[in-house]
Amino acid sequence: MSIAPRKPPLQFALRLKRALGGKTGWNGLAAQIAFAAILAWIAYEIVANARTNLETQHIASGFGFLNYNAGFDVNQSLIAYNNSDTYWRVFFVGLLNTILVSVIGIVFATVIGFIVALCRLSPNWLLSRIGGIYVEIVRNLPLLFQILFWYLAVLAALPAPRQSISVFSTFFLNNRGLVVPQPVTEPGLYPFMAALAVGIVAALGLRHYARRALFQHGRMIRIWPYVLGCLVGLPLVSMLIFGWPLKFELPQLKGFNFAGGARIIPEFVALTVALSTYTGAFIAEIVRAGVMSIHKGQMEAGSSLGLSRAATLRLIVVPQAMRVIVPPLTSQYLNLTKNSSLAVAIGYPDLVSVFAGTAVSQTGQAIEIIAMTMGVYLLLSLTTSALMSVYGWRINRSMAA
Amino acid sequence: MTDISASSFVRQELVAERAAPAKTTGLIGFLRTRLFNSPGNILLTILGLLLAWYIVIPAVKFLLVDAVWVGKDRTACLAEKAGHEVGACWPYIQAKLTQLIYGFYPEAQRWRVNLSYALGAALLLPLLIPRLPAKGLNSGLFFLAFPVVAFFLLHGGGIAGLGVSWTAGLLQLFEQSIGGAGDLLVSLSKSSAIAPLFWVLGKLLVLAGLLIHWLIFPLTWLRDQLQVSSQPVWGDFLVTAVIVTAVLFVLGGGVRTGRSALIGSLLTFAGIAAGIKLMGLDRGGFPIVDTRLWGGLLVTLVIAITGIVASMPIGIALALGRRSSIPLIRIFSIAFIEFWRGVPLITVLFFATYMLPLFVPGNFAVDGLLRALIGVAIFTGAYMAEVIRGGLAAVARGQAEAASALGLSWWKTTSLIVLPQALRYVIPGIVNSFISLFKDTSLVSIVALFDLLGSLRASFSDPNWSTPTTAFTGFAFAGMIYFVFCFGMSRYSLFVENRLNAHRRH
Repeated sequence: MSIAPRKPPLQFALRLKRALGGKTGWNGLAAQIAFAAILAWIAYEIVANARTNLETQHIASGFGFLNYNAGFDVNQSLIAYNNSDTYWRVFFVGLLNTILVSVIGIVFATVIGFIVALCRLSPNWLLSRIGGIYVEIVRNLPLLFQILFWYLAVLAALPAPRQSISVFSTFFLNNRGLVVPQPVTEPGLYPFMAALAVGIVAALGLRHYARRALFQHGRMIRIWPYVLGCLVGLPLVSMLIFGWPLKFELPQLKGFNFAGGARIIPEFVALTVALSTYTGAFIAEIVRAGVMSIHKGQMEAGSSLGLSRAATLRLIVVPQAMRVIVPPLTSQYLNLTKNSSLAVAIGYPDLVSVFAGTAVSQTGQAIEIIAMTMGVYLLLSLTTSALMSVYGWRINRSMAA
Repeated sequence: MTDISASSFVRQELVAERAAPAKTTGLIGFLRTRLFNSPGNILLTILGLLLAWYIVIPAVKFLLVDAVWVGKDRTACLAEKAGHEVGACWPYIQAKLTQLIYGFYPEAQRWRVNLSYALGAALLLPLLIPRLPAKGLNSGLFFLAFPVVAFFLLHGGGIAGLGVSWTAGLLQLFEQSIGGAGDLLVSLSKSSAIAPLFWVLGKLLVLAGLLIHWLIFPLTWLRDQLQVSSQPVWGDFLVTAVIVTAVLFVLGGGVRTGRSALIGSLLTFAGIAAGIKLMGLDRGGFPIVDTRLWGGLLVTLVIAITGIVASMPIGIALALGRRSSIPLIRIFSIAFIEFWRGVPLITVLFFATYMLPLFVPGNFAVDGLLRALIGVAIFTGAYMAEVIRGGLAAVARGQAEAASALGLSWWKTTSLIVLPQALRYVIPGIVNSFISLFKDTSLVSIVALFDLLGSLRASFSDPNWSTPTTAFTGFAFAGMIYFVFCFGMSRYSLFVENRLNAHRRH
């Protein structure tokens, strides 16, 4: 009696089964077909209903409306805009305003977050308590509540322009917003910018050179005087030759309002303050968790190697803490950008407010406009998460090496 | 003796006492070590004290010392009338309190809201205390029965039928939709290049519709018979109860092991009957209160509770789908989760308010609150899916392997072994997403619903109460409500987390 091995099953059939149904095989295939049928049915229902509903409401679908005149004004715009421009331009005005408030909010939120985290980590009991109370209060109140609080209570309670609160007679805060000095470009601007750019490039090159010298030949090179010279000296020289790059036009009180200077609308002030204090509280917790995640032994090992406290922090603790901090920090930045859409509640002209708000009510093209708005945010978050997975992959690789 | 004493030195007097070490305990020690241990720290302490002084003193002064406590209208809260600097204007809150809690819910019907609050609290509190038994029954009541009861309590109205009618109606809609799609395809086939294919597909769909029509004919016939009878609700209830109980009994193992299923099903239906009878659903129920009249804290809580209850099944389904080995389901789950997590909630609410009504048949006028609820449920479901996925990943792989080694099917492995452990791991995460959901409910005020924040904002425009401090008073009051809810929940989440990690404590 021979014990011949069983004939192996056909490779082709196995591969087909695997490709069609995944690990579960033919059952998986059946499930997929049923699932696809349900999805197709739902999609069909949506399309059919939307078509009949749009027909009864006499709305033409399509993106043609983007070339029509918008016919409404926007009270803050980074690009030239008037009410005879197209909806395309409205889209970009809103997008730029969203980007503006997000970038400024991110800068302030980071600063606030790191300061509060330092307070919370400080050995000083009072300071860490104050930091803790700030975080608890700000995190446990809705963001919209805070935006409305700043807008309806604090900024509305500010005095009229004639009684403005002035800071060094250059910044004026009143119930019509924040009046700041307006920068006016001078002929010296372009040489100044060029000198600054050259300085930055040279400083980066120096740093690269010094690191190579350290890692490959073990030579320590003191570069900071040269870096300082590049970053400060070059622009100074350009200023001496070509004159001031910018002049600031100070706001002056004339009659009932200010002449000169630039006015920042109160909606922008309220939104920036609320977004940055709110996100700052979350960032503080992230930074604190990141620093606390580093084992005490790392600090001790650093000092036993003879590194100074500052050098241990800079070379050992911070790089490890950054690995923990950066991914959630990025998602907080993303959250801030998404939260800036709450601008619609106070009428700051961001993307959602002017495009998904005013433009929808004017044209009735809800499907197209809301899809475009969602698309912008979706693109932003998908890009961010892609960048973060690249970062995570690099960190993993460097940890494994 | 003398030799020894001469060669050795014995000190005769005691060494002088050393000063006691600086105290590091007690109030003085605390001050010394934690507040004033270095010049830098002293500076920081003084700074902190100054900061606290400039925030705490004005806040206390505003809220308590300078506050006006009684009054009829805005004049009471003006500095000229009060004779001193005026802080918080509490009479304004007293006047607006009902609006902030109930909205414009009719006064005679407010007991229904209070009853719903009480019911919800009575079911929720035992669920939150880990030591109390019967968590399964309790969560069943809270997550399944309570929403239905609360709907009929708050909204009012009765029912015309039960299980049989609803199933029949749903299947009929499905059949009509399939038939409609088939007709459309056949009509398209006249103008299309791949006409024969469309024609065949369309005819097939029409045929399928016809088939479904005849398959469900017994059900629709039964429904029609019940509807013309004298007691449609109770007749329908009886038929549904008999069918469901019989099916459960048979599936539960028949005479041998099906007894518990039988008893459970009968008890459930007894509960449903009691609910119908108590609320008089068969006779039209309570008078209907339109959701446009709802407002204040009521809307906030309705959205938060509905959101969390609806997002659990969505989240579990999506999390399981994302870990599924079936490619299409996995891809769909990933796309669904990432899409809704990638867009801000406010665009989701806009989507639900402006786009959703276009997607349902024209004769369905979707209620404004319901639209927002759908948007919130989808959005929270996507976030919940990620939380639950974390829990699923935390369950050791050996658990599922052991279950399948014992011969359990995928469904049994998941529902009996993996999910109970995974959900237990993520209770803190679920509470945290509930906190953010609770905070996010304030966004519905942007789509013209009057939740707590929306009612507050509406009350600011009342000229009877417009004083310089009205806005601050309103925000202080609403802020306290939000803070108490959110802070309480975050403490609870910490408590559960510590309990779960009890074995890891040193």
